[in-house]
Amino acid sequence: MPRPLLSLLVAIAAALGISAVSDHIDPYHLDVAVGIGINIILAVSLNLVNGYTGQFSLGHAGFMSVGAYLSAAVTMLLGPKLLGESGGTAWQQGGLFFGALVAGGLSAAFAGLLVGMPSLRLKGDYLAIVTLGFGEIIRVVFQNCEPLGGALGLNGIPAYTTIFWVLAFAALTVFTIYCLVHSTYGRGFLATHDDEIAAEAVGLNTTRYKIVAFVVGAFFAGIAGGLYGHFKQTISASGFDFTKSIEIVVMVILGGMGNTLGVILAAILLTLLPEVLRGFSDYRMIIYSLLLVVLMLVRPEGLFNFRRRRPTP
Amino acid sequence: MRRLAALAFLALTACAFGAPEPIKLGMFASLTGKQAYFGETNSRGASFAVEEINAAGGLLGRKVELLIEDTRSTPGEAATSAKKLLHRDHVVALVSGTASSPALEVAPLCQAAGVPLVAATATNPRVTETGDFIFRACFADPFQGTVLARFAKDRLHARRVAVVIANGSAYSVGLAKYFRERFTADGGEIVAEPKYSEGEKDFRAQLTAIRAAKPDAVFASGDYLESALLCVQARALGLTMPFFGGDTWDATALVELGGKAVEGGYFTAHFSPEARDPAVQSFVARFEKRFGLKPDTGMSLGYDAVMLLADAIKRAGTTDGRAMRDALAATKDFAGVTGRITIDAQRNAAKSAAIFTIRDGKFVYLESVDPR
Amino acid sequence: MTEFLQQLLNGISLGAIFALIALGYTMVYGVLRFINFAHADVFMVGSFVGYYAGKLVPEHSIWGGLFVLALAMIACAVLGVVIERLAYRPLRGGPTLNVLITAIGVSLLLENLGQFVFGATPRPFPELFPVTTYDFGGVFISSNQLVVIGVTLLLLFALRFIVMRTKIGTAMRAVSMNKQAASLVGINNDLVISFTFALGSALAAAGGILYALNYPSIDPLMGVLPGLKAFVAAVLGGIGNIPGAALGGMLLGIVETFVNGSEWSTYKDAIAFALLILILLFRPAGLLGRYVKEKV
Repeated sequence: MPRPLLSLLVAIAAALGISAVSDHIDPYHLDVAVGIGINIILAVSLNLVNGYTGQFSLGHAGFMSVGAYLSAAVTMLLGPKLLGESGGTAWQQGGLFFGALVAGGLSAAFAGLLVGMPSLRLKGDYLAIVTLGFGEIIRVVFQNCEPLGGALGLNGIPAYTTIFWVLAFAALTVFTIYCLVHSTYGRGFLATHDDEIAAEAVGLNTTRYKIVAFVVGAFFAGIAGGLYGHFKQTISASGFDFTKSIEIVVMVILGGMGNTLGVILAAILLTLLPEVLRGFSDYRMIIYSLLLVVLMLVRPEGLFNFRRRRPTP
Repeated sequence: MRRLAALAFLALTACAFGAPEPIKLGMFASLTGKQAYFGETNSRGASFAVEEINAAGGLLGRKVELLIEDTRSTPGEAATSAKKLLHRDHVVALVSGTASSPALEVAPLCQAAGVPLVAATATNPRVTETGDFIFRACFADPFQGTVLARFAKDRLHARRVAVVIANGSAYSVGLAKYFRERFTADGGEIVAEPKYSEGEKDFRAQLTAIRAAKPDAVFASGDYLESALLCVQARALGLTMPFFGGDTWDATALVELGGKAVEGGYFTAHFSPEARDPAVQSFVARFEKRFGLKPDTGMSLGYDAVMLLADAIKRAGTTDGRAMRDALAATKDFAGVTGRITIDAQRNAAKSAAIFTIRDGKFVYLESVDPR
Repeated sequence: MTEFLQQLLNGISLGAIFALIALGYTMVYGVLRFINFAHADVFMVGSFVGYYAGKLVPEHSIWGGLFVLALAMIACAVLGVVIERLAYRPLRGGPTLNVLITAIGVSLLLENLGQFVFGATPRPFPELFPVTTYDFGGVFISSNQLVVIGVTLLLLFALRFIVMRTKIGTAMRAVSMNKQAASLVGINNDLVISFTFALGSALAAAGGILYALNYPSIDPLMGVLPGLKAFVAAVLGGIGNIPGAALGGMLLGIVETFVNGSEWSTYKDAIAFALLILILLFRPAGLLGRYVKEKV
């Protein structure tokens, strides 16, 4: 069996194992762990776009919100009809939740397709602002959509997300992105990143690579949104604004662009940091932002980039 | 190693023979970020309440400790903070120092954990609808909207009203909705309903549209900050009709920011430092002595939220969740600094709303409206 | 008709503010090719300096107001140079994305420090200059709005002059084109970049004061929203291009105002961004920016 697949199976087995004892884990720790898992999915999927393919997306939170809203709509509107008043068995609920997550992911992927289109013509900061703009447009649309709660957001979402779902999907995200990038086909992402003109010259369709990156990245962001919504049980459009997108971009860059392991570690670190700093109360966010600057100055090649290869400017 | 053992022994004996463990109350508050106003005021009022309780000998012979966590005004953070308070610190009850949306995140957690939650300023009706462990120290938006609609019709004799809404703010959108329902049911007309994004500072476009609609009065349903700027820009654009707003207007900063422009405005309030009740006067004096400033709505509601809990704990005689819940639900005619509070069947504080006007830069009490 | 004229005027005065902040973004971008996220927070610091300095001078006096303005500009110029020296210079030569993250970090740091030092509750900003409202047959405009429009135009031309006609401006353009070549012909890159930051930050301070005069409530997060709008304006006009920033700001201000005055006001942000995306699809480098075809 190839090693990545083996790792995936081991990770899912581990997720099952952790999930079995999760009743004994303090809900606060569980909350932080789920937060870490969701951020890993977000950061690793954005890494495909920003890191491997060299595009600059600032709209990841927008895709996340599409997934969050759509999957919540599925479980809240379709759920009662499919499962009846009793709420169904655990297996039925699990099936519904999986379907909802995939539906959320697919709709986010569709949004990713729409956003990926302009990347044919735009690059760098212009692309960044367009993705940011798309994210904001999505936010405004949800904010004005009364059936989905409007300004107050959607509450009473069933609490389907468990640590198993989060860890399993985090593993699946890492596995998919890893295999995609390390496949023969996937080398094209790196080529697009390194030198677009040269890539075109050897016959690669860089446009398609960019769009595929956006679609796949958005799909997993949508899944992350679905997991988030069914964990916190409340979502509001304002929670998916550009500050959230920037948070994810920071994880990718701090982890070392195009370095999956580094990005995972950065996602863990940046989720834990505000929690660890709770003890400092008033100074908490000051220390957080100061650390961000210092980390970037000390290790500009990415916090966890041990290969010592200076990234290309 | 020996030193460690000695320390452990000391700690154990301190527990066994020293003061009994304090009663821990938790508070999640938006101390930083966009909604810091709620957190700063509510938490100050709540801390003051705890100080006073401890100075008077604590509760059930134990000291009270208030643990405050910052929600950074970031969605999702309130739930994490509340989980920490509930499951790491094992607080016996929670107080919210936030607007409605974060309180809505925490309410199901408290309900599931069987720990009572008293919201200080979350006025959206959905908060207490979550379950029977969720209470509120303030009145809810439907009541406030009704009071304002009646006031606009009967006292201002307004038939045509323009409503300005802060889109994205659950408070403003909800309040405007209840106002509109009552006001149109009573035969009034909403002639314009311009909206702005929460946090916006330029309202000239909306005001120009209002000017064209020629209303008798304008209901500014956003927070005091936006409303003050709205009034300033309205006067600069030549609008002269009266402006009125909800309980968020009850902040001294409204007059500081709005100056002459808010003169002659009206608003509903939970509380006023000028109320004639001697108990309230005494509270204002104590608060001023401690912090050097007059308590505003947010601070008073934070104070009352903790005091409501303390009263319930006293009556229950225990910090058991269910017993506290039952005691809270049975609260009747509790003398809070924001009025006499009776907890109704929906776990809202049924208490009268006061209407104030702004005259010479001061808040002047006009009348009180009882619930129903 | 009165309503239309009034809205147009409202739009121009709002646009002038966006333009003013956008000028600072564009200046730094033009030379260093990176978005200085902390710009909007220097803007905030500028208005807080104005708040405290405003207590030293009598209200409603032109000289007092100008003194406060100058003080805030100098203070922020120093702050800008310090930020560049400590946070950006060590990363120069590396990928611009790294500098972007430090810029985000500096921005967060200023916001959090601001909330810690000043408190998060908004404060009223003093009326530094005498204020009057003019009534042109139902179209109202305040002196503060006129000042903003005037100052924005003035700074636009001053900047254009500095960049195009002075020695340091020539050096700035040289550094912007090619840092190595610039140092070969004897230009002190560090000095030029420091100067750029000083100038950009002074602009931010001026923007902060004028903004606070028009919307007299200041808080540590006040820069976020106008900063984002100004950023959009700068990109809309073609980032790096000085007249482009002004044009982008004006356009954005006018569009936002007309949407705000209509029943579509809740979709305002969406419409503003949709317009931006549409324009970028047809002009990928903004309205006045030049599209540089990449060469091998």
